[in-house]
Amino acid sequence: MSTPHAMDAGPPHTASVVARTQESPTIFTLQLRLDDAAAQAAYRFAPGQFNMLYLYGVGEVPISIMSDPEERDGIGHTIRAIGRVTRGLAALQPGDRVGLRGPFGRGWPLQEMGGRDVVLVTGGLGCAPAVSVIHYVLRRRERFGKLVIIQGVKHADDLIWREHYDRWAKLPDTQVLVAADEGAALWPWHVGRVTGLFDLARFNPTRVVAMMCGPEGMMRVTAEHLLARGLPESSLYLSMERNMQCAVGRCGHCQFGGAFVCRDGPVFNWGEVKALLAHRGF
Amino acid sequence: MFSQPDHARFLPLGQLHALVAKLMQLGYQCLGPAVENGAIVMRELDAPDGLPRGLQAEQAPGRYRLTRDPHNRYFAWANGPQAIKPQAFAPKESLWRVERDAAGALQFAAVLPAAPMQAIIGVRACDLAALTLQDAHFMQEGRLDAHYAQRREQLFLVAVQCAEPGATCFCASTGDGPTPTVGYDLALAELAEGFVAVAGSDKGDAVLNALNLSPATPVQIAAAQAQGQAAAAAQTRSLPGRNLREALMSRLEHPRWDEVAARCLACGNCTAVCPTCFCHAEIDEPALDGQASRHDRVWDSCFGEAHGYLHGFNVRSDIRSRYRQWLTHKLATWHDQFGRSGCVGCGRCIAWCPVGIDLTEEVAALTAEVRP
Repeated sequence: MSTPHAMDAGPPHTASVVARTQESPTIFTLQLRLDDAAAQAAYRFAPGQFNMLYLYGVGEVPISIMSDPEERDGIGHTIRAIGRVTRGLAALQPGDRVGLRGPFGRGWPLQEMGGRDVVLVTGGLGCAPAVSVIHYVLRRRERFGKLVIIQGVKHADDLIWREHYDRWAKLPDTQVLVAADEGAALWPWHVGRVTGLFDLARFNPTRVVAMMCGPEGMMRVTAEHLLARGLPESSLYLSMERNMQCAVGRCGHCQFGGAFVCRDGPVFNWGEVKALLAHRGF
Repeated sequence: MFSQPDHARFLPLGQLHALVAKLMQLGYQCLGPAVENGAIVMRELDAPDGLPRGLQAEQAPGRYRLTRDPHNRYFAWANGPQAIKPQAFAPKESLWRVERDAAGALQFAAVLPAAPMQAIIGVRACDLAALTLQDAHFMQEGRLDAHYAQRREQLFLVAVQCAEPGATCFCASTGDGPTPTVGYDLALAELAEGFVAVAGSDKGDAVLNALNLSPATPVQIAAAQAQGQAAAAAQTRSLPGRNLREALMSRLEHPRWDEVAARCLACGNCTAVCPTCFCHAEIDEPALDGQASRHDRVWDSCFGEAHGYLHGFNVRSDIRSRYRQWLTHKLATWHDQFGRSGCVGCGRCIAWCPVGIDLTEEVAALTAEVRP
């Protein structure tokens, strides 16, 4: 796991919106570029890390980075408009300014993935941190084994980047399994719980890295299934979410047991968090 | 404070003001005990002889009352609600500010505090231990919190031995008191005729030397030591061990959590008076003209509704999970973070809980063997 940047407690750096894409009625993607060209050129992150985005006069929110780490022109953030800050961010247009500091935390275990099958299980809308890994693998395809993408959503309309899934499904050595609890007209994928698809996933349990992102209940069930398939615990990772305000392990909101999710995570090995994940309310 | 008895000096009762005067002369703003709203708080002394005498604080679960000390001592009061935490970790302060021009461009600038040189007179052993824990959190190597560090480095700490612990105190059980052992510049033990005084830093040594005091006699030192031992023996509350990590983490679904949740008001008083709680919220305060905004941090509590907020829901929606979060962090997972418990036995959370929830009683109930 990698932490390419030193901490950055603030103040933020100014950044401009260079592109805005509406992904679904409530989800949008902001492509941001640091106004200081040298800072933008020097900016490095690992998939799975996040930035703190600041909306002028309102506050900051942690948003995972979904673009490719080798893309130098901008930094992509896919956001759901749900709270005070994100609803304000949703109103931004190209040219508007925000504050940005980051990247923070520990990303996905890219080093360990080399030569192995890669299984990604994502649920709900929590797919942005995983999409960065999918892009990462696809652009460096020869370095990895099979790629299995499993995504569950509540309703068929919640699936964003649908054309991506269609395209990925046609790639060699790539398996795409998508499920919606509630289907819709022309929904080509499975209707039902995403757990119903696990048996279809084809990977070598002794040479795989599995990564999960989404609601904790879904991740617990997924872990149970993958471990039952013979996947060793050390090959299972997940991305956690908690309230984050400082992003440098200081404000205390993101504590999960002894871990500060912002600093020690957000990506954890399953073994690090499984005991506490069994209890609601941490 | 008695590890090197040769270095102990004696400060006669009538010379306490000379110590304060010396600190003032060195440029320190001197804080000492003062009565405010019926409780002892640390406030700036306006004169070297401004320290009050004869104050005592009677404490019990959900209860704090000032009384008179029949011996008219300076430091016969057990700890007040707030102690020294605010002097390093400010309850509210600005981290940075931002200005927006007509074109929408943003200009960010860090805001650092103007920290005065402060001497605090009357610091208790529990609060020194707590400050060490706050230092561990805010001044970790490579992760220095500039705001905290700026204030912290300006502090001169005059500790006093506790001779009259409150009924809520249990520092002997946590190993943090009642006699100060580390973390002070000067430490005093109050006897009838004056103070046994020792230095704990070069700064403290310089101040003591400037006062030209005679050495403390073996009798005085022995009296001060005995006084500390008696104060430890007088404590009635305790925790069942110094590392309760496994004991608590293996009882996360214990029915006692529901019981305590039914009594707890989730008011957050315990976290506000706790000398080691470090949670803080970051909030924006935009100017009325819309052209600037200040980014502040303010003390926060894990008992609050917003502490566990996560995109549209709360990970700790009930009081049971909030009390459990607080207690398990303080006594269990603190070990993972800082290598010891986060409780220094000051007992403030017991006295200042409006419904008198007693942490030692809750821990005892949680860790008691289940009887058939």
